[in-house]
Amino acid sequence: MKRSVITGMVLLLASILVLFFLNLLLGSVAIPASSVWKIIWGADAGNDIWQNIILKSRLPQALTALVAGAGLAVAGLQMQTVFRNPLAGPSVLGVSSGASLGVAFVVLLSGRLGGVALSRLGYMGEIAMTLSAIVGALAVMLLIVWVAGKVRGNVTLLIIGVMIGYVATAIIGVLKFFSAEEDVRAYVVWGLGSFARVSGGQVATFAIIMAVLLPLSMLLVKTLNLLLLGDGYARNLGLNVNRARIWVIVCAGVLVAIVTAYCGPISFLGLAVPHLCRGIFRTSDHRVLMPASLLAGSSLALLCNLIARLPGFEGALPVNSVTALIGAPVVAVVLFKHRKEDTGE
Amino acid sequence: MKREETIRLAGLSIGYTGKHSVKQVAGGITDTIFSSELTCLIGENGAGKSTLLRTLSGFLPPLSGEISIMGKPLKSYRETELAKVIGVVLTEKNNLQNMTVEELVGMGRSPYTGFWGRLRDEDKAKVAQAIDLVGIAELRDRMVQTLSDGERQKVMIAKALAQETPIIFLDEPTAFLDYPSKVEILNLLHKLSQEAGKTIFLSTHDLELALRVADKVWLMTKGGEVKTGSPAKLIVNPDTGRFRFE
Repeated sequence: MKRSVITGMVLLLASILVLFFLNLLLGSVAIPASSVWKIIWGADAGNDIWQNIILKSRLPQALTALVAGAGLAVAGLQMQTVFRNPLAGPSVLGVSSGASLGVAFVVLLSGRLGGVALSRLGYMGEIAMTLSAIVGALAVMLLIVWVAGKVRGNVTLLIIGVMIGYVATAIIGVLKFFSAEEDVRAYVVWGLGSFARVSGGQVATFAIIMAVLLPLSMLLVKTLNLLLLGDGYARNLGLNVNRARIWVIVCAGVLVAIVTAYCGPISFLGLAVPHLCRGIFRTSDHRVLMPASLLAGSSLALLCNLIARLPGFEGALPVNSVTALIGAPVVAVVLFKHRKEDTGE
Repeated sequence: MKREETIRLAGLSIGYTGKHSVKQVAGGITDTIFSSELTCLIGENGAGKSTLLRTLSGFLPPLSGEISIMGKPLKSYRETELAKVIGVVLTEKNNLQNMTVEELVGMGRSPYTGFWGRLRDEDKAKVAQAIDLVGIAELRDRMVQTLSDGERQKVMIAKALAQETPIIFLDEPTAFLDYPSKVEILNLLHKLSQEAGKTIFLSTHDLELALRVADKVWLMTKGGEVKTGSPAKLIVNPDTGRFRFE
């Protein structure tokens, strides 16, 4: 591996460590760095409130951002490669919309059909929301996989994915119309996306699932490299293109489904991080891009979470606004910089 | 160099199978092609040249008849096996960004690399050899997106060479190139058939140039016929611009 690649990876890893610590350190309550350090390592910092804030609020939130960012970035990279479309992202296949639809069904109809508004059920309600998001996202993904087996063109598949997204949004609109006001509010809050929603107990499950899925997705690097060449060349080089396409879609779909289920729809990271990594590492090789996207996704998610929680915002800033506001200019600068280098302007 | 039989077609019929219908593009194709032979496939637009190439490459199943590659039925090859026997240069353009010429040619080694696609020293040596043979050593570190059409075509030929297949199919390799580049590409393909013993099979509309290097010509008509013969026997009707064999 080239020295520049190793340096880049080490820097990304270092940025994650620093941002992770800052996520634990900064917030509405000021806690000294030495106490934060002690609490992480299980030592007694002499203040139960601080301990509670770190272990029950900031740590789960930072872990969620770390894992969700990695998952979305890897899924985005896979989508962009399989569809050979730089605008593809985790949301293009309607998988996020499927998750939203699942949540909408459960949240919006619970009050009307079950007599008890889900938003009042607390922890059980959260689990129901997570499960419904996973079911919704996976249902859409299975539909897409079925369609992928029927149609050959990537563009057709992409359009079908976008259409599924529209249909899901339309159904959600109808559901909202017939729902109780407090349920609509609960759904809207879920739809804003947040790394703070995942509680301490849930974050362990979330992290374990992603710790299995992310290394598994790395197994697709050679397949993704071949898909870059186009279907004909990939096939000629020994790849079963249809099977490969389905594997990549399933992998990306499951990653998005799980992240969306826990955090709500988080926009921008999945689309932007792969571009950022291509710009930084100047390569299309997925043996570099996959781990780089994983690390950069985590790093950017931690940064966005940190900004959303900066003093003054007090966690009120929706993370989706921060991801776009911070990430979009960064990606634009990277792309422009390298375009200038390419053309020598 | 010993002349070996590489492709044998017997009563081959090509076309597309729909849910309720079968569309035959050409039929009754029977011929044998050998190593060190350069065959040009010519015919009007829509005659089915690409369909034939796709069928021979194993992308499309034949409607009927037999295709034998290196003495073995084409359908009996596994995908990874076939990748070591047939290399292709296609018209499909890939919008590759951030990939160097050397990396792209290195992709030709994929059938021989392991799970992660890492190139061993011997793979790197084959890549360097392919780059030298095509004469693009000065482009080695250039990004693919900065190449001209002609340079890119040469890179794809080098990729096919790195694949180390006895047979290379090329779909209109001279399309969209300027005249000197067309001459250069066809001379290169001729050299590869003669010096490296490759079976080269290409479709083209650049007849005059192609005939200078071809050992054999396949003429495809819109009526679904495929006639084969020597380039010397091909004559053109000056009124219609259509070809036939003497």
